[in-house]
Amino acid sequence: MSNLAWIFFSTMLVNNFTLAMFLGLCPFFGVTSKVDTGWRLGAANTFVLLITAVSAWLLNTFVLATVPFLRTIAFIVVIASTVQIVEMIIKKLLPGLFRELGIYLPLITTNCAILGLALFQTSRGYTLLEGIAFAFGAGFGLTLALTLMASIRERMDVADVPLVARRMGLVLVVASCLSMAFMGFAGMGSS
Amino acid sequence: MTASTTETPTTPGAPAEAPLWTDVWHGIADNNPVLVQMLGLCPAMAVSNSLANGLAMGLATTFVLACSSVLVSVARKGIPAEVRLTVYILIIATFVTVADLALAATLPEISKALGPFVPLIVVNCIILGRAEAFAGKVGPKRALADAIGMGVGFTLALSTISAVRELLGSGSLLGFDVLGPRFEPWVVMVMPPGGFLMLGIIFLWMGWQMERKRARTPAVVA
Repeated sequence: MSNLAWIFFSTMLVNNFTLAMFLGLCPFFGVTSKVDTGWRLGAANTFVLLITAVSAWLLNTFVLATVPFLRTIAFIVVIASTVQIVEMIIKKLLPGLFRELGIYLPLITTNCAILGLALFQTSRGYTLLEGIAFAFGAGFGLTLALTLMASIRERMDVADVPLVARRMGLVLVVASCLSMAFMGFAGMGSS
Repeated sequence: MTASTTETPTTPGAPAEAPLWTDVWHGIADNNPVLVQMLGLCPAMAVSNSLANGLAMGLATTFVLACSSVLVSVARKGIPAEVRLTVYILIIATFVTVADLALAATLPEISKALGPFVPLIVVNCIILGRAEAFAGKVGPKRALADAIGMGVGFTLALSTISAVRELLGSGSLLGFDVLGPRFEPWVVMVMPPGGFLMLGIIFLWMGWQMERKRARTPAVVA
């Protein structure tokens, strides 16, 4: 149990997918202009991450042991179909969110966080439960990073920023500060 | 080029006819994937803590980009529009597997340092983006030119970022000590915040250049 909690917290804070491992940066910079959209995309990502963790474990255990070179292809096919399902569900149940997320919803397929989760899970040899804890940690960490970034950007919108920094420059420097703040968690344990 | 006249631009939304070198130059400079389009940022920051890693990543990505662009372009008439993204992803994943295995066999140390970031080339938005926006609409020659331009542009951006980060963060380049033993390494540059900071500085510098350019041409006041 303590092992699972450790995986969860270390993935969420110490090795935060976005701020420490550079996974899933496109939505991090793309949809973080509003807090609402930010955390909802985080939730959608968490859901996809969970399904991916379970299916990656199933694939690793039952299929890929005999054909390890098909790993990348098998993972990406599973992820693409999962995202398709999530897209259909959100379109049906939450049409408002569907419009807000726009292109970033199908782009969850090419969000490196998802494939990264499957690959890191494989290379660390996690069991099913550990994989689920890993997915929860990664998802919560992603949501946390998206929400933090969106809150800062909402404040930045009304601030008087020099013309030079209006575009991505300032956002990246802010991300750097956030990342530095998350380095403070490093004392909790290493990867 | 006379060869380009043999292709019939029937595909809607196909990019305008242009000489091959324009396609190449486009990807390196005015449409640079990392610095202008802001695509492929994840690998640009994740593996740019040393020049060797940055170069290997750039070359591997260029290889996958070139092969998949050509194949997508050759097969573009046979791919149904509804499933094209899935087909593209499968083509890309195949070449990534090739690159991954080849790197592990020839440069095992670098392959180990890059770790899961080599298979992660599959989800590099540059490759899918070029397949969707360019290679799926033009002939193989132009697709190859475009892929090489984009690949070189990506490699250049990546090696610039990683060279500065390695120089400041560990005082060396490609593993050779450059700044001497009295240099105090700026360790944070090889850690994650350094990646964000370095790219941020590049964007700030580009913004500054753009402002200066606009200040010199007062005719286009917005």
